[in-house]
Amino acid sequence: MELLGAIITLMGSFVLLVASIGLIRMPDVYNRLQVGTKATTLGTILSLIGLVFLMPGWWGKLILLIFFVMMTNPVSSHVLARASYFIKIPFTDRTVVDKLKVSTKAQKVEYEEK
Amino acid sequence: MDFKIISALLGIIMLAMSFIAIYHKKMIVAVIATGAVGLFASIMYLFLAAPDVAMTEAAIGSGLSTIIFFYVLNRIRSNDKEGRESDEIDEVIK
Amino acid sequence: MVNTILIVAVAIILLSIGLTMIRFVKGKTSVDRVIAFDVMSIASIALIGILAYVTQRIIYLDVAIVYGLLGFLAVIIIAKYLEKSL
Repeated sequence: MELLGAIITLMGSFVLLVASIGLIRMPDVYNRLQVGTKATTLGTILSLIGLVFLMPGWWGKLILLIFFVMMTNPVSSHVLARASYFIKIPFTDRTVVDKLKVSTKAQKVEYEEK
Repeated sequence: MDFKIISALLGIIMLAMSFIAIYHKKMIVAVIATGAVGLFASIMYLFLAAPDVAMTEAAIGSGLSTIIFFYVLNRIRSNDKEGRESDEIDEVIK
Repeated sequence: MVNTILIVAVAIILLSIGLTMIRFVKGKTSVDRVIAFDVMSIASIALIGILAYVTQRIIYLDVAIVYGLLGFLAVIIIAKYLEKSL
């Protein structure tokens, strides 16, 4: 059981390494945002699940921590993407479609100067 | 586990962050680098077996000081209106 | 055996924090640096968790919870500042 937990923790840290390599190689702010929050969420959750297998008495705080990471990380990704879209950071050349610009429903709620 | 090598690596990272915080031109990057210094200082306190100090450092050095810095920067920016603001947008983006 | 695997995991997490710092130094826009800060704080949560197992103290997990909460708040405040709607 302990060996299984250690291997899951190792897998989680490997996912974190992949996330940081992707953070260097990606060409754009939005791609980096994608890599820097989704892969990081998976890596941290895998590491903490491995710790649950290693130390079964601590499951309360570890489950609380997993729930917390799972709730807060997509919210920060969304807020950062929205901010960087509305201060007009340019896309990369290979971007195909910009659905927020095309959508008429989003035009109404577009950001206004306060 | 021996913590000396990990402490040395974290110290090197903290030193690099401090140099960024001193010598960078943009205000935002300097404040974020200060928050990162607080983050790694908190892990250093954990290596020294002081979890209460680490908790205080993580709460104040990394979280609250960043929030107060950005609140004050926002108040300063909203004081001077049109002439300054376009410059500041360019400074933020690039 | 378990300790060896955990030492390798700690080394990999430290390597990933170091690689993230390259993006922090190099990054073009300010949002890149905010993303790098976020990745560093979340990788630190995993590091503190492993450290709590190695030293067998449950109170270190409280530090990780404080980390998660305040890093999230800082990122939200910075994004609101960049969007000019704080």
